[in-house]
Amino acid sequence: MSYSNDTLMLANVSRRGLLKGMAGASALVLAARWDAGFANEQAQFGAGAMPGGWVDNPNVFIRIDADGSVTFINNRAEMGQGIRTSLAMVAADELGADWEQVRVEQAPADQEKYGNQNTDGSRSMRHWYQPIRRAGAAARQMLEQAAANQWGVPTSEVRTGIHTVTHIPTGRELSFGELAGAARDLDVPGRHGLTLKQDSELRFIGKESGWVNGELTSAHPRALDGEDIVTGKAVFGADVELDGMLYAVVARPPVYGAGITSVDGSAALEVPGVEKVIRIDTADQPAAFNPLGGVAVVATNTWAAMEGRKALKIQWDLSSAGDNASYTSEPFRAALEETAQSPGKVIRQSGDVNAALSNAAKVVEATYYMPHMAQTPMEPPVAVVRVQNGKAEAWAPVQNPGATRGGVAGILGIDAENVTVHQTLLGGGFGRKSKPDFVSEAARVAKEFEGRPVKLQWSREDDVQHAYFHAVSVDHLKAGLDAEGKATGWLHRTLSPSIASLFAPDPEHKGEFELGMGFNTMPFSIPSIRLENPPASAHVRIGWFRSVYNLPHAWAIQSFAHEMAVAAGRDHRDYVLELLGPDRKVHNLTVGDGWNYGEDPDLYPIDTARMRRVIERATEEAGWGRELPDGRGLGLAFHQSFASYTAIVFEVEVDDSGELTIHRADIAFDCGPQANPERIRSQMEGACVMGIGIALKSEVTFENGVAAQSNFHDYLLPRMPDAPKVVRVHLIDNPGDAMGGVGEPGLPPVAPALCNAIHAATGKRIRRLPVADQLKS
Amino acid sequence: MASLTINGRQYELDVPDSMPLLWVIRDVVGMKGTKFGCGMAQCGACTVHIDGVATRSCVTPVSAVSGEVKTIEAMADDAVGKRVQQAWLDLGVAQCGYCQGGQIMNATGLLKNNPSPSSQEIIDAMAGNLCRCGTYNRILAAVERVVSEEAPS
Repeated sequence: MSYSNDTLMLANVSRRGLLKGMAGASALVLAARWDAGFANEQAQFGAGAMPGGWVDNPNVFIRIDADGSVTFINNRAEMGQGIRTSLAMVAADELGADWEQVRVEQAPADQEKYGNQNTDGSRSMRHWYQPIRRAGAAARQMLEQAAANQWGVPTSEVRTGIHTVTHIPTGRELSFGELAGAARDLDVPGRHGLTLKQDSELRFIGKESGWVNGELTSAHPRALDGEDIVTGKAVFGADVELDGMLYAVVARPPVYGAGITSVDGSAALEVPGVEKVIRIDTADQPAAFNPLGGVAVVATNTWAAMEGRKALKIQWDLSSAGDNASYTSEPFRAALEETAQSPGKVIRQSGDVNAALSNAAKVVEATYYMPHMAQTPMEPPVAVVRVQNGKAEAWAPVQNPGATRGGVAGILGIDAENVTVHQTLLGGGFGRKSKPDFVSEAARVAKEFEGRPVKLQWSREDDVQHAYFHAVSVDHLKAGLDAEGKATGWLHRTLSPSIASLFAPDPEHKGEFELGMGFNTMPFSIPSIRLENPPASAHVRIGWFRSVYNLPHAWAIQSFAHEMAVAAGRDHRDYVLELLGPDRKVHNLTVGDGWNYGEDPDLYPIDTARMRRVIERATEEAGWGRELPDGRGLGLAFHQSFASYTAIVFEVEVDDSGELTIHRADIAFDCGPQANPERIRSQMEGACVMGIGIALKSEVTFENGVAAQSNFHDYLLPRMPDAPKVVRVHLIDNPGDAMGGVGEPGLPPVAPALCNAIHAATGKRIRRLPVADQLKS
Repeated sequence: MASLTINGRQYELDVPDSMPLLWVIRDVVGMKGTKFGCGMAQCGACTVHIDGVATRSCVTPVSAVSGEVKTIEAMADDAVGKRVQQAWLDLGVAQCGYCQGGQIMNATGLLKNNPSPSSQEIIDAMAGNLCRCGTYNRILAAVERVVSEEAPS
């Protein structure tokens, strides 16, 4: 598997190896990373530790044409986070470009040239802000050098304004377009010689604009894809059209790992437009990013292919699926809850939890359940591939173009150098499109049509039923309180199938990068703590879903802290601030987290003061503690993830019939320095809505290995009436810390904050998601 | 054979009667602004106008289309559609953007029939359009912005 070294899991393993005995060397590494272009391979943290590392060469990212247009070459997947605009802004600000003359172009898959392109883990701005600023600064200095050369003056006498370079003593000016040709031939200045702009000189970076909490404050710099999106011109994966293109859909095994006993495609071939029926081998398990297998129907348009698929007669062979064919959600949940009653693999331990619990004045105990979910980006998986003369070209909406390239090469048996991957806009990703199985599947079909492009389209049913599912989870917690209600002991057992089961024989335990998502990093200051991870097995493809295992961990821990506060008769905010204890910065390894989102623990400690700050801000803004009418309540939750800190307070109302209204959400967010606050706000607003869906509506269940839901009539997503009536995002001004992630950290605290608010309004405790009709009974 | 008027242009198309308008527009005519999201009128990504009425093209057989079809590509030339698009840009509504063509078609259809809907009427009218990125609050605000600009001062 040529792409295996590009997965998060395996990258993580190599980092873990490096961590041993090197944890103290980070300052040295940081220095080397800044100074030397070859430092990537030595780095064990951050962007430098990712496959392909970082690149800050302006010639890779910035092109200036004679007409003055500045083109930013974007190397990250655009899936709604606005990265094409935000990274281009960073470059343009440092360069001094007129925003109206800035364009964006998408880089093809080439991590050697463009650095790491795997867009996941909320890493784009966190890892690329500095390299892209440097690229912008270097390009500006090259323009200044070109102007100085032309005028025969020292560079100290020239200065870049907006899209022009000025000779200060004489006032002479040259435009970027006039200088572009000469600047191109100059050497790129070394990193040492770069001068980044002062904050006071910046026009875009860190500046608020646009829609801020219900008001249009000022025009925001135009979103580079905005006009194309609202006029229908934006090109997503589904919109690629090539001459002579064929259209394919695939009937996949209903149970993970099932094979085919027989196929009768004769009726399918009778459907007008259907050209071919192709059998695809079932992927060996674990399937990783390989296509699941099944039967492809290829036609002259999508509708004909879908109609042809309906006419297939397939006998599936369930024997190769093993016990996946008896996987049923309800007994599986019961079994996990049963397992949660017994001790599991110990992940973190301090003090004596058993003694704390047996000596406690009061014991609080609860078990929480979060179901499987499918990412369901609005654009279902889709890819176009053309195979010709031993080479392949793919057009696809993928989060991980590097893995896509490897996957296509692997299934065709050719070298990755012979695969070109063009990355389109993504109609949503949320982790689904970090798995490029659908592109490899398209390549497998296109292989049968030498020289002819094939578009392989997943239907919504395909997407819901054959997702890489968010892991089902059970979390069992037990706490001891003393006579004053103070916590003395904390026992937490977490159970979920692991994503590692996709790539290797099922480990039945969560991996380091899964536990590090809010489980062993649990921040409370309690004398006795024991964290355990009993086994749970995987029977479907388990994969990343936006914010991943932070979802169940935050849901359980933040709900349980509220239960403890209620049991102690204390105010929830006061109680969690007390649980947090004194402000302190925790090194990840001291809580057994060897991962830390891949970041340097010296730059990115777990900072309880930042947790306290977001809690204080969200509760203040929400008017925590005020009197509310009957049936209304405020609920709080907070969580640190992807190196950022979020707290949310919901105000909800539940009427006598159990109807829930979400009146308001106050979200406090601290990601350290903010590159583009306008898009940070939109990410928080969107995560809030998505989290409401997780809390209230979304669930995939299995019956004998087959997903019981299939489309948006039974796999329910939040709709406009479900959104809070008011959403307020409160960004914490914190330029001093290292930059954190934005795309994911808004999501984990949503469900527990909402369920805590429901409890405050009704006294009803939700321990099983989704809420669905639990308020009606 | 189907005879269609799309965005003011006449098409004579050799397609089966049962083919949904969505796939005729996307695969046969080759216009890509109208999106496939669910195929069963549950998400609204495929919304077009037929004689000015917002319609889910994914469940509309081409044989059932008798009126004039307008797609998102025509909205820049539509007095209401253009204002809706501008409000979307002003407020930074779109995230990934995949559903937004359908959202704009649905909102424009609403405003053509009811130029001054209440907030609740907007919410009810937009409830059939899914946005997985969760941009609903900005969509609502953008439609309200068009309404308030429309209101006589």
